[in-house]
Amino acid sequence: MKKDSLKGWFKSGAPGVWMSGGAVAMAVIMTVGLLAVIAVRGLGHFWPADLVQATYKVPGQAQQTVIGEVVQQEEVPRARLKGAGLPVPDQGPEFMTRELIKVGNRDLNGSDFTWVVGEWLVDEKRPSELMALERREWGNFYGYLVSVKEEGRVVAQGPAAWGELQARLQRANTLNRQLQALEKKDIGAINHGLERLRLQARKLELEGKLDAAAQADMDADRAELNSRYKAVEERLTGLHQAFARDSLVARDGNGREVEINLSKVVHAIQPNAMSGFTKLGTYFGKVWEFLSDDPREANTEGGIFPAIFGTVMMTLIMAVIVTPFGVLAAVYLREYARQGPVTRLIRIAVNNLAGVPAIVYGVFGLGFFVYVLGGSIDRLFFPEALPAPTLGTPGLLWASLTLALLAVPVVIVATEEGLARIPRTVREGSLALGATKAETLWKIVLPMASPAMMTGMILAVARAAGEVAPLMLVGVVKLAPSLPVDGNYPYLHLDQKIMHLGFHIYDVGFQSPNVEAARPLVYATALLLVLVIASLNLSAVWIRNHLREKYKALDS
Amino acid sequence: MNDLANSTMTQNSQPVRIDFNTPELQRKRRIRALKDRLTRWYVLVGGLAVLAAITLIFFYLAYVVLPLFQGAELTKKQALAPAWLQQDAGKPLMIALEEQNLVGMRVSDKGQALFFDTKTGNELKRVDLPVPTGTQVTSIGADQPGSPVVVLGLSNGQALVFHHSYKITYPDNHKTITPGIDYPYGEQPFVLDEQGRGLDHVSVNVNGDTLLLAGSTGAQLQVLALTRSENMMTGEVTTEQNRIALPQMTETVKNIFIDPRQQWLYVINGRASADVFSLRDKSLNGRYKLSENAGTEVTATTQLVGGISLVVGNSDGGLAQWFMARDPDGESRFKQIRTFQMGTAPIVQIDAEERRKGFIALDADGKLGVFHSTAHRTLLVEPVAPGAGILALSPRANRIIIEAAGKLLPLSLRNPHPEVSFSALWGKVWYENYDEPKYVWQSTASNTDFEPKLSLSPLTFGTLKAAFYAMILAAPLAIAAAIYTAYFMAPGMRRKVKPVIELMEAMPTVILGFFAGLFLAPYLEGHLPGVFSLFLLMPLGILLAGFTWSRLPESLRLRVPDGWEAAILIPVILLTGWFALTMSPHLESWFFGGDMRLWITNDLGITYDQRNAMVVGIAMGFAVIPNIYSIAEDAVFSVPRSLTLGSLALGATPWQTLTRVVILTASPGIFSALMIGMGRAVGETMIVLMATGNTPVMEMNLFEGMRTLAANVAVEMPESEVGGSHYRVLFLAALVLLMFTFVMNTLAELIRQRLRKKYSSL
Repeated sequence: MKKDSLKGWFKSGAPGVWMSGGAVAMAVIMTVGLLAVIAVRGLGHFWPADLVQATYKVPGQAQQTVIGEVVQQEEVPRARLKGAGLPVPDQGPEFMTRELIKVGNRDLNGSDFTWVVGEWLVDEKRPSELMALERREWGNFYGYLVSVKEEGRVVAQGPAAWGELQARLQRANTLNRQLQALEKKDIGAINHGLERLRLQARKLELEGKLDAAAQADMDADRAELNSRYKAVEERLTGLHQAFARDSLVARDGNGREVEINLSKVVHAIQPNAMSGFTKLGTYFGKVWEFLSDDPREANTEGGIFPAIFGTVMMTLIMAVIVTPFGVLAAVYLREYARQGPVTRLIRIAVNNLAGVPAIVYGVFGLGFFVYVLGGSIDRLFFPEALPAPTLGTPGLLWASLTLALLAVPVVIVATEEGLARIPRTVREGSLALGATKAETLWKIVLPMASPAMMTGMILAVARAAGEVAPLMLVGVVKLAPSLPVDGNYPYLHLDQKIMHLGFHIYDVGFQSPNVEAARPLVYATALLLVLVIASLNLSAVWIRNHLREKYKALDS
Repeated sequence: MNDLANSTMTQNSQPVRIDFNTPELQRKRRIRALKDRLTRWYVLVGGLAVLAAITLIFFYLAYVVLPLFQGAELTKKQALAPAWLQQDAGKPLMIALEEQNLVGMRVSDKGQALFFDTKTGNELKRVDLPVPTGTQVTSIGADQPGSPVVVLGLSNGQALVFHHSYKITYPDNHKTITPGIDYPYGEQPFVLDEQGRGLDHVSVNVNGDTLLLAGSTGAQLQVLALTRSENMMTGEVTTEQNRIALPQMTETVKNIFIDPRQQWLYVINGRASADVFSLRDKSLNGRYKLSENAGTEVTATTQLVGGISLVVGNSDGGLAQWFMARDPDGESRFKQIRTFQMGTAPIVQIDAEERRKGFIALDADGKLGVFHSTAHRTLLVEPVAPGAGILALSPRANRIIIEAAGKLLPLSLRNPHPEVSFSALWGKVWYENYDEPKYVWQSTASNTDFEPKLSLSPLTFGTLKAAFYAMILAAPLAIAAAIYTAYFMAPGMRRKVKPVIELMEAMPTVILGFFAGLFLAPYLEGHLPGVFSLFLLMPLGILLAGFTWSRLPESLRLRVPDGWEAAILIPVILLTGWFALTMSPHLESWFFGGDMRLWITNDLGITYDQRNAMVVGIAMGFAVIPNIYSIAEDAVFSVPRSLTLGSLALGATPWQTLTRVVILTASPGIFSALMIGMGRAVGETMIVLMATGNTPVMEMNLFEGMRTLAANVAVEMPESEVGGSHYRVLFLAALVLLMFTFVMNTLAELIRQRLRKKYSSL
């Protein structure tokens, strides 16, 4: 072995082995690295970061105080900063630091973020009284609490103000929950009732059955709903007044004082004064809020609950549609169809349909399901609502159907594989004992293939949950006014548009006006989606392996 | 044997007989048989229905696309001979139809506008236009298609401007159209020729507050601009008249057209020439020959909607589209863009559509032709009238009325998608306002006289470009990784690595796209030198690590078994990567003046978009690696053991066995893996949507974005009008994608099946 010389080493072919090994290592690093970046950025978002106060001195300009969270730090060549028009001195080290600081106070500063040159930040400190307010509008506020007011009168000032603020904030949040419940549930139900009455009247009119009695009936119903609405409205105004009772006065780094109504504040924390343990508590609180709340501020803040709900609802309906049909087709192909070139061709075609671009399914769904099927259903069954479409517009049902079509090849292939794995002997044994083919299928074959069907279904769900492109055409919107399931008849609204995790990522990351502020939220959403899909896939892999073990015993 | 048979016989004769034929059991058997049959039918119908539903995709897409390529259809209706036409109606100068196709207008040389019902031909209203007594109407002109402005040229050198309008009201829920004539510029005609000679030809154009009138007396041109201005304080309207003096010409004027931006004045004169005047600097731009043929004469001309193009018909039955386009030297010239041939008889009249760049023409034999300029399509040529006549096309281009031989001939025209043709979709097309033929995709714009540019070429190019850059990254990585995993890797490691890479396959592409667009794109922009040096340093680092490993003492080397090289390389790769990226700013300030991006744009002159093909290549490469990997790995792994063992036994090294035996045997499988990867890259939507700027450019530049077929469909589909040409073209794009991936995948599948057969025979 001439392992000593470089030439010999090259001749032995070892470089090829190393290079191809490097390819594997790179693929693994890329996968793990991507997951790690998403996980770190997504999970880091909820951590209550320390607030920094510093004086920012740009040469030749008035100095100002900066308060905020440091989001990012990087080393930049001096020349590039100079090229950007900053008054960088000619002499000095080759690199300078550049920091992205979240300064909040969008109502005062115009934007949430600002880039600063690290070298010009002086006098950095972290005073424990610094306060971060999470607001319902204008993003976060960073500054000092001055006083708390009730209907314009100062009730607490100085160090006592903080405790007072927390107590009053709790009250405001309770009121807010009541308000939400009233607005969503009660008023939603009344509006729904009124709309149904309108449609009923229109329907009767179309059928020519709208007589005085029916009209009087409906008028009575309408009057009742209207009176209920009046009552709710009164309560609502009362609550709104109570909600807007308190306010706080805060001072920003440069001494400007602002009065903020407590109805606009979600949380108030003093991160610098918090211990690691309290921070952890706040952290999980924020994670929970993210999972269970509605989005705020054009989806850039708050939670993603409607998107989670929409995704789950859609995939559930899809799974309910796709599994029986996929299994049916697989059973036909494997058990009933005559095996020959035609079946082989069908099998290849089905296999290939799994590789057809998802957007093509979206186009088909929009053209055929929404416009052709939905349009006909509207004309036949919902003429009273026309010209406003009921099912003739993108919505939950069509999104689920489109995804079902997209995922059916996955179920067919997986189920077929499972059916093929069942040894002939088992089937023949059943037939020999006098069972009919149908009985063999029901009692022997299908139960044995059920793990394969499960695998197929899980893979289909995983594929459907991650697909976004077709959904953009057939029923996903950036902000759905209500969930597709609620307390109003018929409880499940198949015609409603839904929100979706994947589309949420696309929309917030690329269509939102404040991408910088929304970025951490997108990472968190992405992490959630990855986790869901990875766990679905891993469970499918586990079931498949389990299945193989089981049949190994049968084969021998 | 016999004994045995006998013994069983005797045993069987004794026991209690069970009757298997009781009516109850018979019924049960029948029910079971019925259930069996029902199941069979259920599965048969259900299974076939599912399969049919899947194939429906193909047929439905084709069904939507097909109407694009169908021609126009003309239905003749009963000719009308209304009483007013038989009486002294005068010679028709112009006919027009309104939006609903219910009312027509006919202007005669007697200075009369007559509105008639298009169904019955009955007279609805007759308006005597305020032509001064003692003068005759000598000519007529209209503003560009879709405008209600009409001008009459009078025998005393004056011109009368009027609007024809149609009010729709619903008295008693019944739609009623009331036609009318108004005079927004007053009932007093304008003096165009101060010497009072009769106007042979007139033309009019309204642009904002400026009314431009042009007329000719013999070979003389008269142009008048009227600017209305309102006094802000008093609200008083003043009109300013301005006579534009243009160089005069020698030959008789045949027709005058005004460019809607009031930049050019086109004068058709002589036998077949056009003089183009610049109205801005009041000079002659040039004199152009409209026909090379000496015997050919221009017989009819019209402006297309938007007024940029002129369509010129000649005495040989030929039609040509002309417009102003800039030469390479920057001079605007009147150029012939494309020609059509209708028949051999002279063209009598050309009428342009009001919403699309189409037009219809009538020749002296009474033949009607329907054309579209952008698509260069002749949709229909059909004889409709006994001879020459005068025609009108309705605003929606679905109704034509021809007055010929004292009769009104109504025709209904079905022409839903004239703007699409093979050449419009795939070829270079010379669009209005462009200086040369180009591949352009621009489907919608804000203004109504927009010329849709539906070339799928830039989109297909973008699709292939994205797939190409993705494959450059993915193919070598995935195949090398597959070979290593299947051939060299220790089985224990393989069981762990394979699921990790296959998990990549399930990664939602929206996440890759968002990662590429929001993280990778800005990161690459800031670390360009590092990324490029990474591509160089990575192989070197790996080789160096490998060589160093081979020089290490045996005792150390033997601790790591064969097939774990990849694990050793992980820290090496991380270190190399870290080194390259930390070096990036230093390299940048040493070689590229501190900013490589600026250096690329300024010093190399290459456009740099932040979201570019490189970002897409990396992100989409990442997406297709697992596809290629799992199929290629399968192919290599299932190469029969006997082949490799034989080769090794004959003394070949593992590497020789790999390159000369294994890869050769598995090459069809590897090829099919590449095809499937390519199919996935072509159809991928979200990554390209999020990681490129989505501009439909045709540049192979690594630093520029692109727009792919799939992303284009996703972006434009929701806002396209259902059933319109744009909608159907998007369906065509989807169909192209479907066919492409389907063919690719089927080929790959067939190759794999053949390979499998080959392996099983080995």
